[in-house]
Amino acid sequence: MDNFAIIIPAYNEAGRIGSTIADIRKFTDADIIVVSDGSTDNTVNEASEAGATVVELPFNLGYGAALQTGFKYALKMGYRFAVQMDADGQHDPSAIQSLIEPVIKGEVDVTIGSRFLRRGDYKAPFVRKVGMSFFAFIASIFTGKRVTDPTSGFQALNSKVMKFYASDAYPVDYPDADVIIMLHRRGIKFSEIPVAMKRSVGKVSMHSGLKPFFYTFKMLLSILVTLLRRGEGRV
Amino acid sequence: MTFHQRIFALAMGIGIFVVILEMVRRRRLEEEDSFLWLIIGLGIVVLVLWQDLLEWVTQLIGATAQTTTIFIFGLVIVILINLYSSVKITKLRRQVKELAQQVAMLKINEK
Repeated sequence: MDNFAIIIPAYNEAGRIGSTIADIRKFTDADIIVVSDGSTDNTVNEASEAGATVVELPFNLGYGAALQTGFKYALKMGYRFAVQMDADGQHDPSAIQSLIEPVIKGEVDVTIGSRFLRRGDYKAPFVRKVGMSFFAFIASIFTGKRVTDPTSGFQALNSKVMKFYASDAYPVDYPDADVIIMLHRRGIKFSEIPVAMKRSVGKVSMHSGLKPFFYTFKMLLSILVTLLRRGEGRV
Repeated sequence: MTFHQRIFALAMGIGIFVVILEMVRRRRLEEEDSFLWLIIGLGIVVLVLWQDLLEWVTQLIGATAQTTTIFIFGLVIVILINLYSSVKITKLRRQVKELAQQVAMLKINEK
C-alpha cells in the first residue's frame, strides 16, 4: 500500500516546509521527496531534518521543472505511484488517502484535488478566479469532462502518468489546462476529487504583476498547439 | 540607385562581412553561427554590383526603389537569424534543464 512517494517542489520554503512534512507524517508514512528548486534559504536542511529525501537542483528551473525532477527521481527509484503536493501547507494531508486510493485500485490513472468541488475556506483573488474558471471551462470543453481546478498541484498518479510528466511535453513553468487536455488526448483517465485548501499565507502568488497577461497568452498558445499536434499517440 | 547610395550600401556590405569574418577568426563566433551573417554582407555586395539582378528582384517583389530591395533583403535575413537563435535557445534551455535534473539526482546518491 505504501509503495508511493510524496513529491513536494519547494523554492525558498524555509519555515514552512518542516511543518508541512510533519503534517503529512500524521497521515501517512510514505516516502517524502522534496525537490529544492535552487532554494537560497534553509529549505534543504529543514526538509532533510524533517525526514525527507531532498533532491537539490543547482539553480532555479521553475515549478513545473522542479516537479518533473521529482517524477524522474521517483521513476528511477521504482515507485509505482506518487502524490504531488505544494510545500507551503495549503494542501490538506488528510486528503492524501482519498486521492491515492482510486489510483492504486486502478480506477483512474490520475486524481486531481479540486478546491472548487466542495465548499472550503479557499478564497482566490478575483482576477485569478476569473482566469482559473476560464481555463477550467476550456479544459472541460476539450476533454468532455467537468474540470473545475486545472491548476491544482495536489494530484495522485500512477507510473504511466509519471512517465508522461517526465517527458519533454511537460511544461517547465505552470502546468494548467494544457496538461489536462494532453492527458485526455493520450487516453489517460483522470478524475477530480474534492479537497479543502487554504490560501497560502505570507507568500507572493506565482501569478502576480504583469505576469497574468503573459500567462494567459502562453496558456492559450499552449492549448492551441496541443490541439494542433496530431498523432502523438497514446502512452 | 544613385552613386551615393551605392557607395554607402557597398561599404555596409563589406563592413559587415569583414567584421563577421574577423569574429570567426578570433573564435568569438563559430562558423556555424556566422553563416547567415556572412550572407547578409555578401548579399548586399552582390546586389549592389550586379545591377541587373537588383533590378529583376525589385520588379519581382514589386518595390519602387532598389534601395528598398536591399533593405528588405537585410531584414529578411535578420529575421531568419533571430528565429534560428530562438530555436537554439529553446534547445539549450531544454538541455540545461535536463543536466540540472541529472546533477540533482546524482548528488543524492553521493551522500
